Amino acid sequence: MLPVYYYLGLAIILFTLGALGVLIRRNAIVVFMSIELMLNAANLAFVAYARYWQSMDGQIFVFFIMTVAAAEVAIGLALIVTIFRTKASIDVDQISTLKG
Amino acid sequence: MTLQLLLFIVLALVAIASALGMLISRNAIYSALFLVLNFATVAVFFLLLNAPFIAVAQVSVYTGAIMVLFLFVIMLLGAERAGPIQTIQWQRPLAIILAVILLLEGGYILLGQRGVVPMVTAQLPEGFGSPAQVGTDLFSKYILPFEITSVLLLVAMIGAIVLTKSEKK
Repeated sequence: MLPVYYYLGLAIILFTLGALGVLIRRNAIVVFMSIELMLNAANLAFVAYARYWQSMDGQIFVFFIMTVAAAEVAIGLALIVTIFRTKASIDVDQISTLKG
Repeated sequence: MTLQLLLFIVLALVAIASALGMLISRNAIYSALFLVLNFATVAVFFLLLNAPFIAVAQVSVYTGAIMVLFLFVIMLLGAERAGPIQTIQWQRPLAIILAVILLLEGGYILLGQRGVVPMVTAQLPEGFGSPAQVGTDLFSKYILPFEITSVLLLVAMIGAIVLTKSEKK
């Protein structure tokens, strides 16, 4: 087996790339995808530690994270569709008015 | 050991390259497909870490359901092209600097924790990560969180329906 640092390092890199995507992309859908990437990096760290502590708890938590991610995507995409209907744009720079 | 290391390095390069591709590509559909590739490689990492059930769930839930939903919404809105370039000028360099700082902090913590994390052991308990073990834990130790997630999913479903319902007056 490989040391746990390898997997943790990869999870850190993927999380950083996801955070960078949230900051630099202006397409709201790509911002959502970057959030998914960050959640997935957290999943990787959870599973890596579950393997090295030989405990199932980390793997069970991954299921809950997946559930939360699915709920978040459903609500987030519904919000994006609603915003697109009113503003005809999903550029996050344009959504700055908080008016209907 | 060396074979596994080689597999890890190749897959890690694919994962990082696909994440970068998701960030860089101008077309949102390409971004979604790069993210599918990334999720698939992470599923292989789950297999390497003795979590076969999570790997299958990753493929079916993430790369199946969630990414299909993303692609569906991108094509429904026809919003795959990036808008006109009128971003705040200082935002992008600042974001890259902050990301590098985050990466350095993560690396520093990782190197600082070298002696704390558990030693590598090859042997595992019987049935570790199997669907039977996952189900047993989910329905005994974690029964309350499991029930709460069902409420969460119900709320998400109702919320999505209410948000996208067309208003009739």
